[in-house]
Amino acid sequence: MPSTKRTFSGFLLFCSLLVLAACNAGPPARTLRLATTTSTYDSGLLDAILPDFEARYGVEVEVIAVGTGQALALGEQGDVDVVLVHAPAKEEAFVEAGHGSARFPIMYNDFVIVGPQDDPAGVRAAPNAAAALAQIAQTQSPFASRGDQSGTHSRELELWAQASLTPPASEDWYYSLGQGMGATLNFANEKLAYTLADRGTFLALQSNLPDLAILFGGQSPADNPDPALRNFYSLIPVNPEKNSSIQADLAMTFVEWFTSIPTQEKIAVYGLERFGQQLFFPDSDLWRRENEGK
Amino acid sequence: MEILKDALVQAIGLLLRFDPALLEIVWLTLRVSGSALVLACLAGVPFGALLGLAKFPGRRWLLVLVSTGMGLPPVVAGLIVYLLLSRNGPLGGLDWLFTPNAMIAAQTVLAFPLAAGLTSSAVQEVPAGLRLQIQSLGATRWQERWLVLREARRGVLAAVLAAFGRIIAEVGAVLLVGGNVAGKTRVLSTAIVLETRQGNFALALALGFVLLGLALLGNAILLRLEAGSRS
Repeated sequence: MPSTKRTFSGFLLFCSLLVLAACNAGPPARTLRLATTTSTYDSGLLDAILPDFEARYGVEVEVIAVGTGQALALGEQGDVDVVLVHAPAKEEAFVEAGHGSARFPIMYNDFVIVGPQDDPAGVRAAPNAAAALAQIAQTQSPFASRGDQSGTHSRELELWAQASLTPPASEDWYYSLGQGMGATLNFANEKLAYTLADRGTFLALQSNLPDLAILFGGQSPADNPDPALRNFYSLIPVNPEKNSSIQADLAMTFVEWFTSIPTQEKIAVYGLERFGQQLFFPDSDLWRRENEGK
Repeated sequence: MEILKDALVQAIGLLLRFDPALLEIVWLTLRVSGSALVLACLAGVPFGALLGLAKFPGRRWLLVLVSTGMGLPPVVAGLIVYLLLSRNGPLGGLDWLFTPNAMIAAQTVLAFPLAAGLTSSAVQEVPAGLRLQIQSLGATRWQERWLVLREARRGVLAAVLAAFGRIIAEVGAVLLVGGNVAGKTRVLSTAIVLETRQGNFALALALGFVLLGLALLGNAILLRLEAGSRS
């Protein structure tokens, strides 16, 4: 039947157009592959500052946001050029094993404990983060854990250890999600549970989390009473000896740009307009030297 | 490849040891997908048969709807079920979100159109001559439909197989509505996502082998049923 034939050829044409559209036109610009963590990505900082690097050097930065474990694994396998994570112990092991050239500190922020407004575990009154977790365990209030070996998860486990507790593997109140910060916060909001979050991601997503509030950690990193909640970020260029597609020179250019004063200043103001406070504190070696004694 | 060998060895080791974490995940996978398959087929097959055989106003539109449903992206189904079951959603009172019930619901939504649509096609394939024969032997409308459905059982089995295939490996919807909570809503597919994200590629592959094995087993059983039903 002619109409069936026409419909079929129309469909074929549609498919071929899709295929053509999927093929890139022209040669791609130089691409820098950056592996970072989901919490860093969810805070929105990279979307805010990367365009400056891309415009300045004519490079496209491909950001792969995964858990800390996978980000470092991507570096280990040589699938990316540079890694941006916040897990000092794992980073040191990474560099020592020869997977990365060196750790370049770039910024820090802090973790906070968020939870339901009515605070059944009385976290607001806790003297420190570990005590807050102990109170949550004691009252068996719902707690959502990243459960994914991420930087945040590692810190959570360290805090449990500080309180001399082991988080239960299978109890009704402890939820080990194995997902990123955004998903974990969403879960906590839905279940009215407590969770440990990096302040940056929480503030960036706060408008979607109407039932959660910061219960421990103060209203800004400067007000955070517990130094155990400090969260340090580093850049690690991947060892170019792994394979020929690793762009060591481009990675170093990226590190230099990230640690430079102008970029550090941009990092310092990120969040001021949208959230009324900065989400990250510049911490590169250059910045520290410039601001020594200030 | 080193990693494939590692993964195969790990998979066999986990199974032989009856690793409790793995068994829990496998059991939940079977429970969720099995329940969804049963629900979808119990509802979908009769519905599909009626859709294929009965004549009623709006039948064309229902067929289009079912067809679209067959290609419904799993994450979209997951998103819709999530919004329905969320605390602020219309069905929030059920408290099903982030429990296996939500996962079963989402997978049933995905499997139902397949069961219905393919059954509908299968019964329409039954030769008109046979239907006339049945009618001439004095069968009632419902007897006729039942006999035609039986005649089309190979096609119906294919519908069940297709529905099974769609949901046993589905990850988007169950991740959204289940939350991949350890010991509560973690199934094989979401566990694979977790282990991959953490960089445990060998373990992820091992879980993949187990999932493939389950899919193979399911298909084998269903095909055996088909062979056995051939009269």
